[in-house]
Amino acid sequence: MNAVSEIEVEGVALGKDYRRARRTPRTWARSGGFSTLLFLLPMLFIFGAFSWYPIVRTVVMSLQHTNLVQPATWVGFANFSKVLHDPLLPIAVKNTGYFALLALIFGYPIPLISAVLMSEVRHARGWYSALAYLPVVIPPVVAVLLWKTFYDGGSVGVFNTIFGWVHLGPYPWLQSQRTAMPSLVLESTWANAGGTVIIYLAALTGVNSELYEAAAVDGAGVFRKVWHVTLPQLRGVLLVTMILQIIGTAQVFLEPYLFTSGGPANSTLTVLLLIFDYAFGNSLGGDYGSATALSLMLAVFLAIFSLVYLRATRSWSD
Amino acid sequence: MAEERTTLISRAEWRKPWVRIGVGGTQALLLVGLVVIGLGPILWLAKAAITPTNDTITHPMGFFEHGTAWSNLREAWVNVDVGRYFWNTIEIAIGSWFTQIVVATTGGYALSVLRPKYARFLTGLLLTTLFVPAVVLLVPLYIEVVRPPLIHHSFIDSYWAIWLPAGASAFNVVIVKRFFDNLPREIFEAARIDGAGPFRLFTKIVLPLSKPILGVVSVFAVLASWKDFLWPLLVLTDPNKQPLSVRLPTIQSQTELGVFLAAMFIACLVPIAGFLIFQRSFLRGSGLGGAIKG
Repeated sequence: MNAVSEIEVEGVALGKDYRRARRTPRTWARSGGFSTLLFLLPMLFIFGAFSWYPIVRTVVMSLQHTNLVQPATWVGFANFSKVLHDPLLPIAVKNTGYFALLALIFGYPIPLISAVLMSEVRHARGWYSALAYLPVVIPPVVAVLLWKTFYDGGSVGVFNTIFGWVHLGPYPWLQSQRTAMPSLVLESTWANAGGTVIIYLAALTGVNSELYEAAAVDGAGVFRKVWHVTLPQLRGVLLVTMILQIIGTAQVFLEPYLFTSGGPANSTLTVLLLIFDYAFGNSLGGDYGSATALSLMLAVFLAIFSLVYLRATRSWSD
Repeated sequence: MAEERTTLISRAEWRKPWVRIGVGGTQALLLVGLVVIGLGPILWLAKAAITPTNDTITHPMGFFEHGTAWSNLREAWVNVDVGRYFWNTIEIAIGSWFTQIVVATTGGYALSVLRPKYARFLTGLLLTTLFVPAVVLLVPLYIEVVRPPLIHHSFIDSYWAIWLPAGASAFNVVIVKRFFDNLPREIFEAARIDGAGPFRLFTKIVLPLSKPILGVVSVFAVLASWKDFLWPLLVLTDPNKQPLSVRLPTIQSQTELGVFLAAMFIACLVPIAGFLIFQRSFLRGSGLGGAIKG
């Protein structure tokens, strides 16, 4: 009440817009406030119920012990300490980091090089982008299970047959602790690189053509133009795709789940697989507290990492 | 494709033989690489889907050494019930598409065109969800489906458990809102002066003008639903209700290889056909994704 009358007084005193001072529920409804709310209703309901509410619930649940039979009890930070003492956690963190690193090594330069080459294609450019994007539309389950067939460790597996033509292999692919993770990353790169290529292609059309002209006047060759014009012009997009890729690969689930179930000997156990195992791996009832605690820690870590990353690269990105 | 714009390699440079051979050759290599790597696995799957299981196992890179086995496809569709899972997938995709379109268009319209005082605050709340990793939602959403607040009825094995949460895509709302932001305001003013209320403005003017963006949202909504695995795996426990992606790992363990690969091929058909038909929307949307994320 106080606040409302204050605004009114202020409005009159300063001779501000008269209508603003006299906002009542009736004027609100008459000026379309009600129909606006009606339009917002689907969004408010869906986001409220399936996005904002669960986000808050994660924080609450990480401090509780929840099983679906009895009411939840508060346990403080017990879930966090339980997760942090899990001997599997360091393994999962290390593997996830390894996956993210390999994915950057395999998957970061290739789309960039492809996109730069593709942007200079004079004929049938549509074919290039269509072919590059095609793996992205394949359902990930199909992609993983198809590659699982390719990775057959026997001498008549698809990849081993192809390598056999040049007298290499047979390789164990998914069955060895050493090669399992790179095999997962290879498939993941195949499945995702196309999306990044399209982002770079869109960004490349935005490069100011005068810069190329100026570079040409200065006598710069193709490679120098790539180095001194194209890459600096793309740096904003490059920085964003890198952090997005890191955030994405930190949450890798499908590949280790379907390819190896975390094996052999936990060599592909990732953080998300651990979260899944906490919550749904045990048929007797999930440890939802530990699962939400770990997912919260992952989210907070990624948020801090992104902030530090953006800070560190700010001077460089614009 | 003759463009006047100067790009990385200028016209004068294209006339130099070493540029032509060097760049042209690399581009040709890239095309071959894309065909082998991008298309190759899918072509192999198409071939294996109609090859007898024994041939695929003993000579995976052979080419119909003992004829074809079209029966794989029939067997997968009928005996392995891929037909049913296929329609399940479509039913799930249509419902998810519908909620996404409704939420994105009405929400985008309210935030962009009607612009209540609290629009900025709501947009802020939406944008924050873009920065929350999906994994954070997984467990509480699951609990919410099993034990919904207020309603004492589990939504496990109900498609509503997939359809409704699908609508909570801040990305959709944001790209639709941005599109609406760029529509000429004069049209809205003219319509208002002609006496059109917010509802007529929405259905008669804003929606018809936004076909391109609705196309983009639609193809990605259907594709995302078709690709989804973990969420339907959690909330649909009845095999008769599960979509293809959830069934495929089980089919793999219970069926001979040829039939399983035929089932996988069937699972790819709709996304591939959709991509070929709506290529422009797909590529446009992917570029947009970069623009927004950037």
